[in-house]
Amino acid sequence: MKLHDYVLSPSCYKARLMAALAGVKLDIRPVDFHPGAEHRGPELMALNPAGSIPIMEDGDLVLTESSAMLVYLAAKAAPQWLGNDTAGEAARVQQWLSFSHRLTASLGAARLHEMLLRPGNIDVLQGQGTTALRELEAGLVEQHIRGQRFLASDRPTIADVACFPYVALAPDGGVSLDPYPVIRLWSRAIRGLDGFIEMPGIHRLHELRPDPVPGEA
Amino acid sequence: MTRNAMIDEWYPVGLASQLDAQGRKTALMGEPIEVRLGDDGNAMVTGGNGRALPVCVRYGHVWSSPGDPQKALFAIPEADQPGRRLVDVGVVRARCSPLRAVENFLDIAHFPFVHTDILGAEPHTEVQSYKVEIREDEDEVWATQVKFYQPQAAKSAEGGITTEYMYRVPAPTCSILYKTCPPRPGEWDVITLFVQPLAEDLCDVWPWMALFDDETPMTDLIHFQQTIFVQDRSILENQIPGLLPLDPGMEIPTRADLTSVVYRRWLKRHGYTYGAQLVAQ
Repeated sequence: MKLHDYVLSPSCYKARLMAALAGVKLDIRPVDFHPGAEHRGPELMALNPAGSIPIMEDGDLVLTESSAMLVYLAAKAAPQWLGNDTAGEAARVQQWLSFSHRLTASLGAARLHEMLLRPGNIDVLQGQGTTALRELEAGLVEQHIRGQRFLASDRPTIADVACFPYVALAPDGGVSLDPYPVIRLWSRAIRGLDGFIEMPGIHRLHELRPDPVPGEA
Repeated sequence: MTRNAMIDEWYPVGLASQLDAQGRKTALMGEPIEVRLGDDGNAMVTGGNGRALPVCVRYGHVWSSPGDPQKALFAIPEADQPGRRLVDVGVVRARCSPLRAVENFLDIAHFPFVHTDILGAEPHTEVQSYKVEIREDEDEVWATQVKFYQPQAAKSAEGGITTEYMYRVPAPTCSILYKTCPPRPGEWDVITLFVQPLAEDLCDVWPWMALFDDETPMTDLIHFQQTIFVQDRSILENQIPGLLPLDPGMEIPTRADLTSVVYRRWLKRHGYTYGAQLVAQ
């Protein structure tokens, strides 16, 4: 399974993270997104006319939407990440998968503006990001009242993987996570999952690693 | 207010490879500037009031100054050595003091915690004793005999090695790191951090490298260095105080911070205080 990947892209990281959590080994093909704009070059435009990355290839299957990649990885290797098939949970997974695009368009665009100097109206993007974060916080609070720690279920699903990266990287775009205690708890729960991998800007939980010198810590 | 000595220094303002006639609007020390390719095929930089600013093109970047540089841009002799791959890493903006960005680059103690499993790893956290001096002839800060255990010191490094470094600060917002070169013992890989001060608390960072590595694809080299800097970025944006304190009292350095101590002393000696805090508050 081949992933056209950019190490600083939260959308690419979704696919890398899901693969790591599901135990799938990806064949990573680095794309010079910045400063080279290789994703707009002829080779990748032929593969994905939208001119975006990630792009996933497996045999003759070509996926250009990160949510579809999460579904594919989970269905192949870790179907429990798809959630159960009750009407409520299946719908909730879809709800948050769709919602994740709003995070990309707001927090993601704010991050590109603040970090890689991409154009955009930063005040509007940050404002839209804040609105989305408030919604996510409220959704997670409701889940907590139901006794569930994750977005769609009492266990993590692809919905969590879809929403986590742009939320965790919100401070890169100048949007603080300080006002959202339940988001921070949720972020911690995701970072503590077996098989979790980090990306630049998302630090691992050092304290959950084994003691560097067992018995002396 | 007195004229800041940093006005007369050279700063990176763009990638030479991305110069075009349309130009790019950016800033230097609070002054809006424009960088573009002139009709004569040379780089042009225009200041806020339309005046032409000094320009030179070197090390993959266009350099300029809001003032009147008294000397040429610092030399990196290794950059002209044949056989090196020259890597334009591209810009990353950070909401921090330009001096803080350089200071962080000079620090090795954070490697195991921020660049975990790349530039450092627990339990190998000890910073061994090293030497730091201000070389009076060149008027540069140099740290030498710096050694650190690294699990993946460079793209060309297989497995963990003890890497040796030298750090050099030839200008207030530029630093050059010389690092053990796994495929070519006896030579040093050159990794630079060129920082463009946009404001006292905002900078564009332009890492650049000159490496002996014929194997690793260019994109991997770029991504390696972008990974390292973006891991630092979130730390840089959360440092308190935001401006770099030049007087003792605000921060308590340890022996591992010796390069930072000497860098600050050198900044203060020259009055390089744009992005610095002079009196501890």
